[in-house]
Amino acid sequence: MTSQTSQALRINKVQLSLLEELTNANGVSGDESEVREIIRKKVAPFADEIKVDAMGNLLVIKHAQTPGAMRVMVDAHMDEVGFMIVDQDGDGLFEFVQVGGGDERQFISKAVVVGRQKLPGVIGYKPIHLTEKKERDQRISMESLRIDLGPAGKDQAKRGDFVAYATRFRCSGDTIFAKALDDRLGCATLIELLKTVPQNIEFLASFSTQEEIGLRGAKVAAYDFEPQVVIAVDSTPAYDFSRPDGSENTQYNCKLRGGPAIYLADRGTLSDPRLVRFITNVAEEKKIPYQYRQPGGGGTNAGALHLTRGGIPAVSISIPGRYAHSAVMIASVSDWQNTLQLLHDALANLSPAVLEEERP
Amino acid sequence: MKTLLKKLTETPSPSGYESAIREVIRAEISSLSSDIKVDALGNLIVTIGKKTDKGKKVMVDAHMDEIGFMVSHVEKNGLVRFSNLGTLLPRYMSGGRVKFLNGVRGIVNCDRTEEHHTIPTLEKHYIDVGAGSDKDCPVSIGSVGVFDEPFVDLGKRVAAKALDNRASCAVLIETMRRISSTPHELVFVFSAQEETQTRGATTAAYAIEPDLSIAVDTTPSLDILGVKMQVDLGKGPAIKLRDTGMLADPKVVAWMEKTAKKAKIPYQLEVLDVGTTNARAIQVSKAGMPSGVLSIPCRHVHSPSEIVDMDDLQNAADLLTALLCDRIDLS
Amino acid sequence: MENIIPFLLSLISEPGLSGFEEPVRRKIADQWTPLVDELSVSPLGSLHGLRKAASSDPSPSLMIATHMDAIGLMAKLIEDGLIYITKIGGVDPRILPGQQVTVHGKRDLPGIVQMLPDRLLDEDQKGKAPAFERLFVDTGLEHKDLIKLVRPGDLISFAQTPIELNGKHIAGHSLDNRASVAALTVCLEEIRNFNLAWNVLAVATTREEISLGGAKTSAYGLRPDLAIVVDVTFAKGPGTNDYRTFPLGGGPSIGTGSDNHPALTREFISLAEEMDMPHDIEAMPENSGTDGMVLPVTANGIPTVVLGLPLRYMHTSVEMAAINDIERIGRLLARFITQLKTDSMTTLFEEENV
Repeated sequence: MTSQTSQALRINKVQLSLLEELTNANGVSGDESEVREIIRKKVAPFADEIKVDAMGNLLVIKHAQTPGAMRVMVDAHMDEVGFMIVDQDGDGLFEFVQVGGGDERQFISKAVVVGRQKLPGVIGYKPIHLTEKKERDQRISMESLRIDLGPAGKDQAKRGDFVAYATRFRCSGDTIFAKALDDRLGCATLIELLKTVPQNIEFLASFSTQEEIGLRGAKVAAYDFEPQVVIAVDSTPAYDFSRPDGSENTQYNCKLRGGPAIYLADRGTLSDPRLVRFITNVAEEKKIPYQYRQPGGGGTNAGALHLTRGGIPAVSISIPGRYAHSAVMIASVSDWQNTLQLLHDALANLSPAVLEEERP
Repeated sequence: MKTLLKKLTETPSPSGYESAIREVIRAEISSLSSDIKVDALGNLIVTIGKKTDKGKKVMVDAHMDEIGFMVSHVEKNGLVRFSNLGTLLPRYMSGGRVKFLNGVRGIVNCDRTEEHHTIPTLEKHYIDVGAGSDKDCPVSIGSVGVFDEPFVDLGKRVAAKALDNRASCAVLIETMRRISSTPHELVFVFSAQEETQTRGATTAAYAIEPDLSIAVDTTPSLDILGVKMQVDLGKGPAIKLRDTGMLADPKVVAWMEKTAKKAKIPYQLEVLDVGTTNARAIQVSKAGMPSGVLSIPCRHVHSPSEIVDMDDLQNAADLLTALLCDRIDLS
Repeated sequence: MENIIPFLLSLISEPGLSGFEEPVRRKIADQWTPLVDELSVSPLGSLHGLRKAASSDPSPSLMIATHMDAIGLMAKLIEDGLIYITKIGGVDPRILPGQQVTVHGKRDLPGIVQMLPDRLLDEDQKGKAPAFERLFVDTGLEHKDLIKLVRPGDLISFAQTPIELNGKHIAGHSLDNRASVAALTVCLEEIRNFNLAWNVLAVATTREEISLGGAKTSAYGLRPDLAIVVDVTFAKGPGTNDYRTFPLGGGPSIGTGSDNHPALTREFISLAEEMDMPHDIEAMPENSGTDGMVLPVTANGIPTVVLGLPLRYMHTSVEMAAINDIERIGRLLARFITQLKTDSMTTLFEEENV
C-alpha cells in the first residue's frame, strides 16, 4: 500500500530556532501580521506562489512535478489567544478583555506585551498582606484586573491594541516551554513540510488567521485552493494526569509523548474515515508512534475547511501540548518530530486511490 | 410503507458513518434514476426529471443519519466510555440497548452519584459489552454505534429508533416511486451529518445550486414539558413556518398550502421554538433561494423509541408528490 | 441635502420583521429609485441599489450593508381567545408586558401583550419575571371570532408610534436598523451628483436578526471588492456605561478587531479626523454581532469594516437615536466613496501585502 521510501526528518537546532522565532512573535487573533511576515520570509525560497488574501491568510503553493497530481491542502493557524485593550483608567492602567478562550485564573501576575509598539506591561494583583482570608477563597474577577504600563504609560496604548504574554521560548532536553505552541508548532511543521514536500502532489499550504475566534481565516482559505483533500495541523491538550481520587482518567484527550494525535471526531468535524485509515496505515508501516485523540469537544480549522464549496475529505493531526491558552505551554520535541515525519510520509504516499471508495 | 420503514429504521447509521443506510436507500431507488452520485461527505444525490421551460431545479432533502455515539475510552475494567454523535439526551440513555457497527451489542448505564434524582451527564455514562477488561473488549476508541431497538407496529402508529429521520427518507422514496412526469429537475438528497450541525446539506446545496428547496424532517409533537405545541400526530404533515434557525419563505408556505388544499390533503401549521433542520443551511447557500420545510410529526424525538402516525407519512408523500409534479407558482 | 427625518419616521412606522421585510423594502425602494441606476431584489428579499461607476470599463465595487429587518413576535398557538407567542430575533420577554402591538392576521388587529394575573397562579409562580411560555396577546376578541382572523405563524409587530424629541432625537421601534438605512440614504443623496470611480452597491439586507442570511447571500451574489456594514451600537445610558457603549450624539463608532480589516479601520479613523467628525473606536475582539460576521468570510474573502450608530434601549419598542449621528454616518460614507480611486484596492492594502 505505501511504497514510497522517504527521508527521515529531524528536529534539530534549525527547527527549534524557527519555533523560537515563531512563538516569541505576537499574533493575537485579529492581527497576525508579525507572524505572517516571519513565515513569508522563511517560505519564499521554497514557494512557487505566495499571496495574502482578504482575511490575512498566507497562501503558499508548491507545484507538483508530475501532471494530474492530487491537490492537497495542509493548514496551520498563525493566531494565538490573547487580550485586547478596551479602556484606560489613567495612570498607565488599562482595562482589557480576552480574545479567544482562556481560563481567567491563568491571567494573574504575568508579564505582557502591548500593541505593535511592543510596550512591556504587567497584569498584577494586590499584595496578599492586604487581602482578607475570606477573599482568598474567591476567584479573582477579570473585570478587576488591569494591564499596567507603568505611570508613564498614560495614553501610550489605545482601545483595540492587542496584547500577548511576554513569554520567551526555552528548550530543555525533550521539553519545549513557550507561548502559542498552539499553533506555531503547526506553522513550523508546515514550513518544514514545504522544504521537503514530495513532487507528486500539488501542495497547497495555508497559514490561516483567526482560528481561535471561529475558524474564520479557514472559512476562505480552501475556497481559492479548491483542494481534493485537506489536513489541519494543530496542537491538542494532553490531560493525561492521574486523578486525585485514584480512579482511571477516562478523559485525557491525548497523551504527552504519545506521538501525533490523529482526530476521529471533534465538535466541528467527523474525520473522513478513509483518511484516518490511510494515515494509521502509514504510521504502522513506518513504525511511527501515534495515538488517536479522544472524540469529544474542541475542534480545528478542519471544521470550516471540510465544508468549503461542495465538501472536502478532511482529517486533523495534532501535536500534543499542555496548558493551551495560558502563558506557557509545554510540548515534546519527540512528539513534534514524529508528527512531522508522519505528515511527510503520508504526503509521500497519498494518491487518489485513498479516496476511491465512497465515504464509509 | 411500514415494511420499508422497518428496514430503514433498523439499519444502523449514525452521523459520519452513513454507508449502511446509503446502500439500503440506493437499492430502493436505483431503478428510478440513472443519475445517482455520492459526494465527499457521503450524501446520496439522485436526480429525476429534466428542467423544462417553466420548470425549476428543486432540491428535496431528507437527512439519513441518526444520532449515535463513538467510543472515547475503554477502561481497565472493560467498561466503555463514549462521546455523542448528534444530540444524545442523558435522560434517554440508562437501561437502553445499543449496537456497534461491527455488530457488538451492549447496554448503557451510568455512574452512581450523590444526587440520586438528577440524571448525570454523558461523561458519567458507560456502555457494558460484557468484557472482563480492556484486553478482551471487542470495541476500542473510535468504534461507532447507535440505539438498538426493534421496530414495533402499533397499528396506525409505529414505534422505532431513528424515525428521525428515516420516516422522511421513506416519504422521499415513496414520492420518488410515484413521480411519473414532472416539468422540474428534482434533486433528491439523502444527506449525511445533519444531526451534527447540518453539514451534509451545506455542501450538497452548494454543489446543486437549486432554484428552490424543501427539507423533510421530523418535528417534536406534544411531549415537551412547559412548552405549548400545536403540532400532533394524525393531523397530517406540518408546513413549517418558523424554527430556531430559519423562517420559511412565505411564498413557499403559500404554495405548499394551496397545493394541499387543492388536493384535499390534511396538514398542520408549525411554529417551533426548539430545534432546526437542514433548511437552515440550504436556504442561505450561495446567493440564497426560497426554502421551506415539510415536517413529519413525531413523538419522543431523540429517544430510542420514537412514534409516528403512518397516515401522516402517507399524506406527506401525497403532498410532496403533488408539489413536485405540477407547475410551481411562487407569486 | 433633503431632510432625512420624514423618511426615517415612515420606515419605523412600517412592519418588516425578519423574513417578512416586503413592506419596508417597498418604502426604501421608492426612496432609492431616484438615487441609483438599478434596483433589484435578491432571492432572500434583500434590496440591491446599484450606483454605477462613471467609467464604462470594469470598475471595482463597494457594498454597503444595512439590515432592514426588525425583531418582533409571531403567533404560535391560539387558546381561549388568547394568542400565545414566540419571538422573531432577540426579544427580552421582560420588555413585553403592556406592550401595544399589531397582529397581522387576515387583517391588522390591535393587541396588547400581557400575562395572567398573579392571583391565578401557584405560589411559586407568583411575581416571576415574564417568560415567553406565559405571555400572550389579547386582542379583546372572543375565541370563535379570533380564530377566523388569526392563525399560527401570523406576525405581530410593535405598535409604538415614533416620537420626536426636542428636534434632535427620535425614539421608536425598529430604529435598529432603519436608522442605518436612513444613514445610507443620506450617503446616496450626498454622492448623487458625483462621478464615481467605483460601483457602489447600497444593500438593505434581510434576516440579520435571525440568521444574517440576507447579507451572506447578497455578498455571495454580488461579490464586492470591499464591504462596509452600518449597524446600531450601544449608546451610553442607564445601566450601560462601559467600554462597549458610546455617547448618543457623539458620532459613529469604527470597529477594530475580528470582522474589521485593519486597513479599513485605519482609513475610516483617518477620514473622520480629516472631517473633524467626533467618533470612537469600538473594540470587537471576537465578532461584531452584525452582518459583518458573514461578509469577510464569503467566498474567498471580502475586506470589511463595521461602523456603529449609537442607540439607546436597543431591542425595545422605544429605541433612541440622535439625528446628527445619522447624518454624520451618511457623510462619512460619502467621503469614503468619493475618495476611492481605481487603484484603491492596491493602495489601501499596501501595508498588509508587502
